[in-house]
Amino acid sequence: MTMAAFLARRLLGNRSSQILGTSSSSSDAFISVARAFSSSTTPIKATLFPGDGIGPEIAESVKQVFTAADVAIEWDEHYVSTEVDPRTNSFLTWESLQSVLDNKVGLKGPMATPIGKGHRSLNLTLRKELNLYANVRPCYSLPGYKTRYDDVDLITIRENTEGEYSGLEHQVVKGVVESIKIITRKASMRVAEYAFLYAKTHGRKKVSAIHKANIMQKTDGLFLQCCDEVAKKYPEIYYEKVVIDNCCMMLVKNPALFDVLVMPNLYGDIISDLCAGLVGGLGLTPSCNIGEDGIALAEAVHGSAPDIAGKNLANPTALLLSGVMMLRHLKLNKQAEQIHSAIINTIAEGKYRTADLGGSSTTTDFTKAICDHL
Amino acid sequence: MSCRSLNLLKNLARNANGSGIQTRSVTYMPRPGDGAPRAVTLIPGDGIGPLVTNAVEQVMEAMHAPIFFEKYDVHGEMSRMPPEVMESIRKNKVCLKGGLKTPVGGGVSSLNVQLRKELDLFASLVNCFNLPGLPTRHENVDIVVIRENTEGEYAGLEHEVVPGVVESLKVITKFCSERIAKYAFEYAYLNNRKKVTAVHKANIMKLADGLFLESCREVAKKYPSITYNEIIVDNCCMQLVAKPEQFDVMVTPNLYGNLVANTAAGIAGGTGVMPGGNVGADHAVFEQGASAGNVGKDKIVLENKANPVALLLSSAMMLRHLQFPSFADRLETAVKKVIAEGKCRTKDLGGTSTTQQVVDAVIAKLD
Repeated sequence: MTMAAFLARRLLGNRSSQILGTSSSSSDAFISVARAFSSSTTPIKATLFPGDGIGPEIAESVKQVFTAADVAIEWDEHYVSTEVDPRTNSFLTWESLQSVLDNKVGLKGPMATPIGKGHRSLNLTLRKELNLYANVRPCYSLPGYKTRYDDVDLITIRENTEGEYSGLEHQVVKGVVESIKIITRKASMRVAEYAFLYAKTHGRKKVSAIHKANIMQKTDGLFLQCCDEVAKKYPEIYYEKVVIDNCCMMLVKNPALFDVLVMPNLYGDIISDLCAGLVGGLGLTPSCNIGEDGIALAEAVHGSAPDIAGKNLANPTALLLSGVMMLRHLKLNKQAEQIHSAIINTIAEGKYRTADLGGSSTTTDFTKAICDHL
Repeated sequence: MSCRSLNLLKNLARNANGSGIQTRSVTYMPRPGDGAPRAVTLIPGDGIGPLVTNAVEQVMEAMHAPIFFEKYDVHGEMSRMPPEVMESIRKNKVCLKGGLKTPVGGGVSSLNVQLRKELDLFASLVNCFNLPGLPTRHENVDIVVIRENTEGEYAGLEHEVVPGVVESLKVITKFCSERIAKYAFEYAYLNNRKKVTAVHKANIMKLADGLFLESCREVAKKYPSITYNEIIVDNCCMQLVAKPEQFDVMVTPNLYGNLVANTAAGIAGGTGVMPGGNVGADHAVFEQGASAGNVGKDKIVLENKANPVALLLSSAMMLRHLQFPSFADRLETAVKKVIAEGKCRTKDLGGTSTTQQVVDAVIAKLD
């Protein structure tokens, strides 16, 4: 155990096991607690990638709201450069990546990958270099913003590194292409462990593993096996396995049937976007990528919307809610709750809404309304 | 096809008060001998399969439709389709099937997939539409999902590289992509559909889905009157949930087609009512459009609450395929009237009727 974690354990006394989670939890739990101690005296450093398009405006929004809520975070801003950095082979500089590795926590706005060849996609670079293995997306109906579905409250946890997105394709002969889907025990165990730990720490009752093991027997079969093994360690959480086509059907008919969903890469991509659609779209959905060693990079998953960039029309909700996820990861739960309620109340009130939600407020007005609600 | 029956339904609704004036469509002129009864292979299958196929048998009997069924007993746990069943399908060219339950986890390869591969049923079609009188969260849904049925992620080529690392191959060939694209555009052309959308993930799987898209684009050029566009599969699912009216015909590779078909079926009323089928160059197998995994749900079987509507509508599709259009129309209108009335509905549609009660209601409404 690290020195900080050891001290944390002694100082927390007999509540330590509750706070630090089960003994099998990964080291990120320890580091989060140790970090929470440092927040009372020094500000926490977090990397901020404003991104492109509407990125800078909504990042500004986040900074304002966080300052108004007295969150002791020092932002370490990094921008995507216009030239390829040879050390990373992408537009993200080495310093940016190092900053996230050092600070262990970050917030990312939308990044538009320039079209062209000879460099890696920005998101792929971040994922590979920072070893971000799980993508967590909570989807819940926002009270006051009516969609066709009112009772959605679920979390999708998607394996982020392998599966169908390994990028291994080749042409066998002309007209015949093969794409390889890889599932490993290591990655599947990692994401299953995280999913159950998340369910436990957030008081969730059910975890559903989504698969297509009746057809892809060995690959999804291995994924299911790993989920089964981890499930046995958490007998208090109800565990079920659902075939993906069933899952899609049940989600559009009755999303209240689901709680936490854990799945491999491709299914996760599709299901998490489907769930985002149920609650109002990508403009309202927060997301957080978890990496090894306790790294957490929260991000807004919508695009950079170049057509409304600079016009003060963008909706900062997704980035703000992602910021809240980041705060919860840092165990700054009180302020996370404050900001979260402020956002929900502002949207529920309906007086200040940006154009995509059917209102006519500007970004700055919306942000000010949230600060007032704090 | 569905436009014609909807018009028929509108006419019938207008004449519902018994004004006595029947508007009839212009005559379908058969060849001499077309009325001879046709043999159709029937596979009841597992779970609710026997219940719903029995429903179809009863209704066909009541209509005196010129078909007779050759029934075969097949179960999902069998490792192979029995050869006499395959022979029967090859002889009759048309088959109606309840569900076959595929055991999860290992050992037995799905019989459904085997059947499709052996008969080369390369196109799977699911028609998802709002039924008048059945309330759903989404209106104006009328989507046909045409899915490549033989390759892609379901090629079944998996192996363990080292313990703990497993690979699965997704195979896309130009040959299969081209023929499914051709089928989709041909379907749209013959059924007066205006738009074909290709669903893909070519931003990530550049070569595999890229090849699929290329084939679609080439075929699209030959049908200039049909609008063609492309959409990425995750965006597609989001749009289906938000604005399903923008979709018309969708053509997809194997896995995405499964997901999109089930999502579309879910928004339009559930898998209990959506018809579908699989077709190849020489054979056609009709079954419930989208699978809900209810094939194995014993509770539904015990209480006789399975919804026969999907298979009844699929058998109407089959009757059209066999060129018996007026029988197909009669069956479809009867089913639609029963749903529109709302008195006789099974549990998945929010009612309390049993399968038999729905069948009786449909038979009563046949004219």
